[in-house]
Amino acid sequence: MSITEQRPIISKLEQQELRRLLAENKRIDGRNPLQYRNISVQLGYVEKAEGSALVELGNTKVLAAVKVGIAVPFADTPNEGILIVNAELVPLASPVFEPGPPSEESISLSRYVDRSIRESKSIDLSSLCIVPGRSVYSLYVDLYILDYDGNLIDASVIASVNALGVTSMPKYVVEGQTVKKTDEYFKLELKDRPVSLTYAFLDDKYVVDPCLSEEYASDFTLSMTVKSDDRFCAIQKNGGGMVSPRRVMELLDKSVELGKELRTVAYSRLTGGNG
Amino acid sequence: MGEKIVLFSEDGKRSDGRSLDELRPIRIKVGVLSNAQGSAYIEQGKNKILAAVYGPKEALPKHISLPDRCILRCRYHMAPFSTVERKSPAPSRREIELSMVLRNALEPLVMTSLFPRTVIDIFIEVLQADGGTRCAGLTAAVLALADAGIPLKGLAAACAVGKVDGKIVVDLNDLEDKYGEADMPVAYNPTLDGITLLQMDGIMSKEEVEQALSLAITATQKMHKMQVDALRERFSVQRRET
Repeated sequence: MSITEQRPIISKLEQQELRRLLAENKRIDGRNPLQYRNISVQLGYVEKAEGSALVELGNTKVLAAVKVGIAVPFADTPNEGILIVNAELVPLASPVFEPGPPSEESISLSRYVDRSIRESKSIDLSSLCIVPGRSVYSLYVDLYILDYDGNLIDASVIASVNALGVTSMPKYVVEGQTVKKTDEYFKLELKDRPVSLTYAFLDDKYVVDPCLSEEYASDFTLSMTVKSDDRFCAIQKNGGGMVSPRRVMELLDKSVELGKELRTVAYSRLTGGNG
Repeated sequence: MGEKIVLFSEDGKRSDGRSLDELRPIRIKVGVLSNAQGSAYIEQGKNKILAAVYGPKEALPKHISLPDRCILRCRYHMAPFSTVERKSPAPSRREIELSMVLRNALEPLVMTSLFPRTVIDIFIEVLQADGGTRCAGLTAAVLALADAGIPLKGLAAACAVGKVDGKIVVDLNDLEDKYGEADMPVAYNPTLDGITLLQMDGIMSKEEVEQALSLAITATQKMHKMQVDALRERFSVQRRET
């Protein structure tokens, strides 16, 4: 059962200040409403993983790591590799993260990141088949939220795409009935570079890339993932509240525009490929 | 893939004979369960979904309650026999996400500050699934809330829109959901001009999303009328009885 979340209390003073500033198109950390925080990307942070990236979006810190293995394909997709995204809201990152089974927030986060990667066809899963119906590559993308200062979705998409972009795949050979790992590696091909853009709504105003206090004070958030060709591959409203259709259409425009800029910054360390 | 899936016939009709902006046949009945404070049943195409509301009632354990308003608990669940392959009755990751998305879609409709420290339970049970269950479930859940006499800011109806074989269509069925290019569930309240649920997966250009969104608005407005009719039917019957 999904229960109304108990948000940490944020003082009336801070809430008023956020709204007062926003009325003048300003934000508590000095940004303008449509400005992202600084992004830093460290590729190959975890050597034991076949691909990894540590992404800092302001004070939000997400480590994404890709583990590659082989598995039996799903019955309905015998010729396709397996992609699984999992998010851990590590308790050391925030007092609101608790140990235990995955919360609905973490499930919703990983499912959104999964959709952003899968639907954008960033990974050609049909190229990850070794023996049809028997043996395919499995890609586990594990997201580790290490510090939480708002906007986990955008940071997680950036971290996942960066990690997949530097993933080296062990080569397997078929020997009779068995599939054997070799010492050779090849680079996983990244077909697209999607970015997610998250907006937090406070009354009739909105800001992109909300920091934690903006997220707590907001009525709801809206996330949109844009592919390199400016088409959309995922949208999700999170939290209560209502948004007018006109506002959604306005944000579609903004996302295409802001997405270009964000993509250049977020994936500047990845070489080659498109986008 | 063996045989090719036919999503449009040669005369441009959809797999079930509908035109692009046509809804499936919808049947709604309000007040179908005896124990729940409010309930509703919806059939949309081959979807068969029950929704029930219990509460407002004391929120227990106490620490879950809020001092200034009531909280909502929502469960979206699919029966094991609702799909072609048996679905495990344990909640899947999908059902956990949808329970949250539906709670978020219902919460802005309820006048929660009227019932501080209480809880309203909303159960959505999918008996037969045929694509667009979260939307049909929401349409029924809103009516169950109204049937329970809980003050609402307005009704909301939900409908999936999407892209199938290059065309923007309304109210995707199971086949179109599986083999189409994009699926976008939308819940809309026409009186407050507010979208309370919005998701999308698949690929659509900005223009296509816009077109789909306006189709969704028109479709949910039609469904809103059906909701009003269903409520009227429910309460006019009651008046005759007393």
